[in-house]
Amino acid sequence: MKKVGVIGAGMTLFRRRLQETGKEMCFEATKMALDSAGLTRADVDMVVNGTAPDAFDGVHMKGEYLADGCGGYRKPYTRVFTGGGTGVFSTIAGWWHVASGLADVVLVVNEEKMSSCQPHPQSVFAHIWDPILDRPLKPNLVWIFAMEMNRYMHVHGVKKEDIARVAVKNKRNAVGHPCAQLADANITVDDVLASEVMAWPVQRLDISPPSDGASAVVLASEDFIRRRKIKDRAWISGVGWCIDSTMWTDRDLYFPEYVARAAKQAYKMAKISDPRKQIDFAEPYDPFDYKELHHLEGLLLAKKGEAPILTREGVTERDGDLPVCPSGGLMGVGNPIAATMGQKIGELFWQLTNQAGKRQIPHEVHTGVAQAWGDLMQYGSVVVMSS
Amino acid sequence: MRVGIVGIGMTAFRPSTPEYSWKELMFEAASRAYADAGVDPRTDVDSFLTCAEDYYEGFGIFDEFVPDQLGAALRRMCTVSGDGLQGLANAFMQIQTGLVEVAVVEAHSKASDVLTLEGIVEHGLDPIWNKPLGAHPFVVAGLEADAFLRGTRTAPKALAAVVAKNRRNALQNPLAAYAANVDVDQALESEERFSPLRALDIANPADGCVVLVLASERAAKRMHANPVWIRGIGWSTDSPSLETRDWTQAAYAQLAAQMAYRLAKVRRPTSEIGFAEVDDRFSFKELQHLEALGLAKKGEAGRQAMKGDYAQEGRFPVNPSGGSLGCGNVFEATGLHRAAEVALQLRGEAGTHQIDGARVGVAQSWRFVPSATGAVAVLGVGR
Repeated sequence: MKKVGVIGAGMTLFRRRLQETGKEMCFEATKMALDSAGLTRADVDMVVNGTAPDAFDGVHMKGEYLADGCGGYRKPYTRVFTGGGTGVFSTIAGWWHVASGLADVVLVVNEEKMSSCQPHPQSVFAHIWDPILDRPLKPNLVWIFAMEMNRYMHVHGVKKEDIARVAVKNKRNAVGHPCAQLADANITVDDVLASEVMAWPVQRLDISPPSDGASAVVLASEDFIRRRKIKDRAWISGVGWCIDSTMWTDRDLYFPEYVARAAKQAYKMAKISDPRKQIDFAEPYDPFDYKELHHLEGLLLAKKGEAPILTREGVTERDGDLPVCPSGGLMGVGNPIAATMGQKIGELFWQLTNQAGKRQIPHEVHTGVAQAWGDLMQYGSVVVMSS
Repeated sequence: MRVGIVGIGMTAFRPSTPEYSWKELMFEAASRAYADAGVDPRTDVDSFLTCAEDYYEGFGIFDEFVPDQLGAALRRMCTVSGDGLQGLANAFMQIQTGLVEVAVVEAHSKASDVLTLEGIVEHGLDPIWNKPLGAHPFVVAGLEADAFLRGTRTAPKALAAVVAKNRRNALQNPLAAYAANVDVDQALESEERFSPLRALDIANPADGCVVLVLASERAAKRMHANPVWIRGIGWSTDSPSLETRDWTQAAYAQLAAQMAYRLAKVRRPTSEIGFAEVDDRFSFKELQHLEALGLAKKGEAGRQAMKGDYAQEGRFPVNPSGGSLGCGNVFEATGLHRAAEVALQLRGEAGTHQIDGARVGVAQSWRFVPSATGAVAVLGVGR
């Protein structure tokens, strides 16, 4: 198994970007990532693309359409897709391209353009259900996440205020992120609790909004990093991925077992036996504020039911003992599904190489974990990185 | 570390399968593959990969619906949004890292559930530059066929020779959906569709599923398997834009072959490889791909097809399974089907369409209209 490092990252502004095509956003992120690594397209052996439903962009075989924007022209190029889990999963796919010895340098480019989906990207989610068992009930994502949030709150007796703290923390953390859509230095818990109810207990400010954007990272083998004397690098020390059954109605939603299994795979590979002690900061997937808490427990960084307490006590603040989503996460920066690789893998790279600017964690950090979540509340992808 | 195919499972390919859902098709092929390999998916398999595209499946996120029928729940599983051979390549890399010892690759088609194939393929065209032109998307294949015939000075009769050979080969393949005793004249006289392509030049959609079980050399030994080794694999993408890609030759297949041959240490493909299963979803593609793979000189493939060199008993058998023209277009499962057929031949288990004595074969895939992506795998038995 070859050792693999992240040597560059790029990320576009997250907004409703009607002026640009998906290809153009990919090009922008790819160029930034290559520039930050000091490489050109000629140095790249293979390209991995990660992007979520074709129906957002309205393009069949979206990976093919984006290929040239991702720098994939006449190169070995593959798209991987694990729903929302793609945000971290594509880096895992990039990892095996290099770790296998087949490639020295791999570009991983993630894109999402949700604004082209009319009247609202939520309509794509009408087509993610079992056509016989679920679809006739006309569910939508907010509806089932409300069920999950409710179950989580009920099992552990969690108050809505404690969940709202996550939204406040992340939107404040996002201040200073150049790509952020939803940074707000003055937001309060009361603002979140007073926002419009979508499907109880989910309120408008509990959710990250749809967005357009792209992000890219450059992965390289240890040999290449040594040979080119690349200083700004963070090593991928563990990867894990896991899917649970399609039948989401058949499991207890209070705990994401699939995330725990993916995390255990990654920790085993990274030789981490006590994640709470050995991991310095985390970028769990936070499309909803309660998901950050849910995932912290899945990542074994908090005991079951303990994540809201850690949040209340300030442990997960940027200057806390375990900074969580120092990027601002999806709640603060925005949620163009697969492109959130920028806040997850990208942020780990920037933090571990001291390039996070205003978002830099004030104390020294050596090991971070990134995680994404997808499909029908069933997919976990986890990457551990170390300086 | 060598990686081998230790389990092969396929359903029959059929124009429609009203009694089975796509989940049941997957379950059937997977059960066959696991029985063939002698593995229990719940304990012996480290990673599962499926190759699927949402629009073909009719879902927003198809990845959700894969784990249960493959036995992959609470295990490593992912979707490669590509052709089955690209899935094979990713499984190959996973095993090469040492993290995974046994991997399963699945690809399928439930084409009979698709009401508007033209509409789906049309959505693969560039939404700003090409889709508004309003043409049927297979026009792209027609234009490419025309460029190929002109560029290589190949007679249209060569396409008919491919059609007749593959449809007839399929008569020997009990899994094939569109076997027929078609001759060259019938192919030449079939209705004109996307000139120069005629009705019989275009593979008809079929339902079906293919599952392969892959293992590292060490795991294969432990399983007492007799693997078909993946000696080399490659994949590549030419320009997605119709305006800037190479129309006369399949650059993607040429680049993918270069990579696969490099890994397999194949220097002279024509003498080192015994037979080929290549993408023939439009008849000219078989010839174009053979030239791109270096298995025929530029401009020669058509003449050799007309001479009968690519027949079952010919000098270099091509698509002895019947190819997609004979078995049906199974969308993203097409390349995995090519690989499965090569593996069956190398095992000597191809039944009535078995060819003699081949030790090394090549499987090649293309991602259909309007893509310029393809993959190549060199498979072999013995040392």
